Amino acid sequence: MKMLMCREATRLMSKRLDVSLGIQEKMALKFHLAMCGACKQCNKQFQLLHDAGRVLEHQTTAMPFDVGGDSR
Amino acid sequence: MSASPDSAHDADSLDARQRRLAAVRPRLLAFARLQLRDASEADDVVQEALITAVEKDAHFAGKSGYETWVFGILKNKILDALRAQKRRGKWQSWEDDGVEAAVENQFQATGRWQDMARPRSWGDPESTLASERFWQVFDSCMIALPENIARIFTMRELMGLSTRQICEEAGIKENNCWVILHRGRLLLRACLEKGWLTEADS
Repeated sequence: MKMLMCREATRLMSKRLDVSLGIQEKMALKFHLAMCGACKQCNKQFQLLHDAGRVLEHQTTAMPFDVGGDSR
Repeated sequence: MSASPDSAHDADSLDARQRRLAAVRPRLLAFARLQLRDASEADDVVQEALITAVEKDAHFAGKSGYETWVFGILKNKILDALRAQKRRGKWQSWEDDGVEAAVENQFQATGRWQDMARPRSWGDPESTLASERFWQVFDSCMIALPENIARIFTMRELMGLSTRQICEEAGIKENNCWVILHRGRLLLRACLEKGWLTEADS
């Protein structure tokens, strides 16, 4: 298995959010993340950006507090 | 807050639903602006979505929340607007405009992080996402993102389209799509870290 450098590891961290990785890619990424603290943070940040879209949708569609109270 | 059992009653009358449309409008507008990067186009798209919601009111089955249903209508309108932008030639070519350099600057020639660019902890993800300040920085970083990248990124992360669907819409190869998303995420994380952590540290 070829050793990943950080730049390449970030490519896989990103791709993983769009499509499932092949087994080789998964292993290489896992191995790199286990040793590299900076990439571990980067992986968390990419995940957070990914989750942010879902949170934004939830915030957009959440029931407003200030309406509907007097419709019954 | 999750919808209380009362919210079903609130959605019962057309009148109540129209009041809820008015209440959700600013949030729809903020979302459309982020996606279309054009305030007047975002206005138009939200207006169309609200009109459609009223016209198709009978189609609201109550299976999803009312706001979620309206949001679905808005997403379709945004997609129509994006297609129209593309037809008008508003989507520039995919040529690099210094973006690659900005991304590469985060790494050394060996492929390791530059010391300056090494990602740091953003703290607990849940409290980060709950912070108003984070969303302010997020907004300004989205605006700073090059348009071509922002478009693909928002189609993926805000609209929730798959990279396959995005390729079809944008007329690019899926591989190209992953490259663009990779760059977008690296640029965004760098921008957010700068804006978000400097604030948190001070």
